[in-house]
Amino acid sequence: MLLNDLWFGLIAVLWIGYFVLDGFDFGVGGLLGVLGRDERGRRVLINTIGPVWDGNEVWLLVAGGATFAAFPQWYATLFSGFYLPLLAILVCLIIRAVAFEYRGKGHSDTWRRNWDWAIVACSVGPALLWGVAFGSIVRGVPLSSDHEFAGGVLDLLSPFAVLVGVTTLLLFLTHGAVFVALKTTEQVRERANRLAVRLGVSALVAMAGMVLWQSQLRFDPISMAAGTVAVLGLGLGLVAARRGRDGWAFAASAVATGLLVASWFTALYPAVLPSSTDPAGTLTIHNAASSPYTLTVMTWVAAIMTPVVLAYQGWTYWVFRRRISTRQIPPSQPAGQAEAQLDDRAATGAGPASA
Amino acid sequence: MDPLALARWQFGITTVYHFLFVPLTIGLALLMAIVETAWVRTRNPVYLRTVKFWGKLFLINFAIGVATGIVQEFQFGMNWSSYSRFVGDVFGAPLAMEGLVAFFLESTFLGLWIFGWDRLSPRLHAACMWLVSAGTIASAYFILAANSFMQHPVGIEVDSATGRPRLTDIGAVLFQPLQLVTFGHVLAACLLTGAVVMTGVSAYFLARRRDVDVFRPSLRLGLVGVVIGSLAVIVSGDVQGRVMTDVQPMKMAAAEALYDTTSHASLSLLSIGTLDGSRETFAVRVPGLLSFMATGGVKGTVEGINDIQQQYQQRFGPGDYRPNIPVTYWTFRAMMGIGFALLAVGLAGLWLTRRRRLPDRAWVWRLATLAIVLPFVGNSVGWIFTEMGRQPWTVFGLFTTSESVSPTVTGGEVLTSLVVFTGLYAVLAVINLRLMARHAKAGPVSTADALASVRRRDRPGDGEGGSSATEGQDAPLSFAY
Repeated sequence: MLLNDLWFGLIAVLWIGYFVLDGFDFGVGGLLGVLGRDERGRRVLINTIGPVWDGNEVWLLVAGGATFAAFPQWYATLFSGFYLPLLAILVCLIIRAVAFEYRGKGHSDTWRRNWDWAIVACSVGPALLWGVAFGSIVRGVPLSSDHEFAGGVLDLLSPFAVLVGVTTLLLFLTHGAVFVALKTTEQVRERANRLAVRLGVSALVAMAGMVLWQSQLRFDPISMAAGTVAVLGLGLGLVAARRGRDGWAFAASAVATGLLVASWFTALYPAVLPSSTDPAGTLTIHNAASSPYTLTVMTWVAAIMTPVVLAYQGWTYWVFRRRISTRQIPPSQPAGQAEAQLDDRAATGAGPASA
Repeated sequence: MDPLALARWQFGITTVYHFLFVPLTIGLALLMAIVETAWVRTRNPVYLRTVKFWGKLFLINFAIGVATGIVQEFQFGMNWSSYSRFVGDVFGAPLAMEGLVAFFLESTFLGLWIFGWDRLSPRLHAACMWLVSAGTIASAYFILAANSFMQHPVGIEVDSATGRPRLTDIGAVLFQPLQLVTFGHVLAACLLTGAVVMTGVSAYFLARRRDVDVFRPSLRLGLVGVVIGSLAVIVSGDVQGRVMTDVQPMKMAAAEALYDTTSHASLSLLSIGTLDGSRETFAVRVPGLLSFMATGGVKGTVEGINDIQQQYQQRFGPGDYRPNIPVTYWTFRAMMGIGFALLAVGLAGLWLTRRRRLPDRAWVWRLATLAIVLPFVGNSVGWIFTEMGRQPWTVFGLFTTSESVSPTVTGGEVLTSLVVFTGLYAVLAVINLRLMARHAKAGPVSTADALASVRRRDRPGDGEGGSSATEGQDAPLSFAY
């Protein structure tokens, strides 16, 4: 039925949106210590994603909600079956969310350092685990004939799933570095560009291996094509990054991320969660779906709301299009002022800085 | 270990915790939008300082509300997968609508609001806060529609093949009378929560006569909000009680621990009896009030728990259809008591501060600050009442709580997540409260600092400047994490 195909496609689009957008948030968070070498550098990094990370994360909530609405059987099996990895992801997302907000609101260096560590760990964790989760979905998991998960945690850690996890981790770190290069100036930008190329090469290798392995597991010409273009796109992105063409590099890593996700979904179709044991357990876009009435209602809502959301989220990126330099970071806290002045003094080698 | 009991505890803890922050977000967003509009209209910097002060508290609170909200959406699938399978055709739709309509709106425009002081005109910036407010209110609407369906399933037919409800009328789910009155009740409670916090924090400063120019208007706005909010809570709660008596008579009988069907039913304000409430040793009663609340007339007949239990056994088969009576009885009283107490606080506050008066007695101010606790307790007991009162059902009359739990998730897994979430939430609660208190006590920024953050051409008395060096590439960000 057309509606089921449509919703399968729409959920793929929501996940693509989530990984393209929150992917660079994870990358920026994961590289916080590497790219932002001092307090101001780290604050520049956090502020590149400051206005947008929360809106980006909503893509996940909508992907989850849309899965619940359109394919409740998929939602139920997936979320109860992938219990512990999801728990870890949720804990990371909670800590990351409050870390951005709370980090600058304390007064001590220890406070900020602890939150920095939390941001790094809670960005790297989901970047890896989301890939592992989707690797397990593509590869298939043990399902009983009544579509219940019939495996254990180890069934979610197959070598293929781990490779997908490594791929997403490296890809998101690259994507994040490219984003930082696009949004900053001077040393931070140069460091980000250099790191993007180095990380990008390993991401490229992991991704190429993953695409090949995926084609062995579930061959589908469209999936294979999407995966291949993703690899090529990332390669072109790295060339652009090397030449300092930040905009093109970011566009390329975004396309590579989107097409990678598309290659998972096209490999799956028409299944949404294949069973690796009892074939009767496989969930498809038909046996996992809601009724045509519900899908029709949701189609209207999505058709009206999605363009509106894209318009205002796009506008946000336009409003905050300017690059951020270390000089623009204001001293934040009353107690932080003393520290900022110390920074200035150290930077200029001069006496007390006047505000 | 029983996964069902653990999953129920987890749902209770995570939901009550999440709903500590949500009403403050909803209430404060609306009040801040009002104050920021006053700044746009009058260009009086006092209002700018005011909105910036409340903005700091708002953001600390919003972050934790968002963070804990993710768990809410995911745990239906994690701990309650059979429930998700059963109601997915109906229940998923309002959840997805909440994401598409509300979450995108509030998070995107809050990002613009936080970082956009020097990028947007004051008018557009204030519009962002109105959109954040609209997003938070829309979010409440959709999630309450989903909850109202659980309390009173409508707009469905039961599929003969699967035995599951199939959505036939989305309008009935989104606009059923129970949903409309519940939304009104919750929205009023949110306004009340924001207003009480605004009042209590302002009282802290006014008691010390600090920044009176900022906190006197805040106090008056807060007090007006407290009176409007508490009146609306009481009126909507009264209507809700009547709708509830129709659709869930057991819950209302349990709220009163009324065992036998009675006309002229009295309402006990205080009752001391055996723990399960079945025998009363001492009570203060208002004659006819329960009948009035339930039916609209003092002579109306209110069904008792024992009779409803018998009816339900005939309708649904053998089983115990009684909720936990002491919990429903006491949470109902605490909720109502707090509503009336806050109305008294609001009226007394407006009287004491009439015509620019500020009371001198310290205990008056201290009482106003202590009142901050009340709406949070009231919101929590209100939800505990309405959810515990629905037991043993998740979807009333269709699906029980014990059928709803995930069949493949082990007790150990649920215990792990219960311990992790509870521990994490406890730590975050301590950090959150300390940050809120510290930032509240720091007080508002100076007029100069407040004005420095908006675009130069938007500053009062500085209209000629236009774009200048302070807005060049190296101008400090008006806000930075």
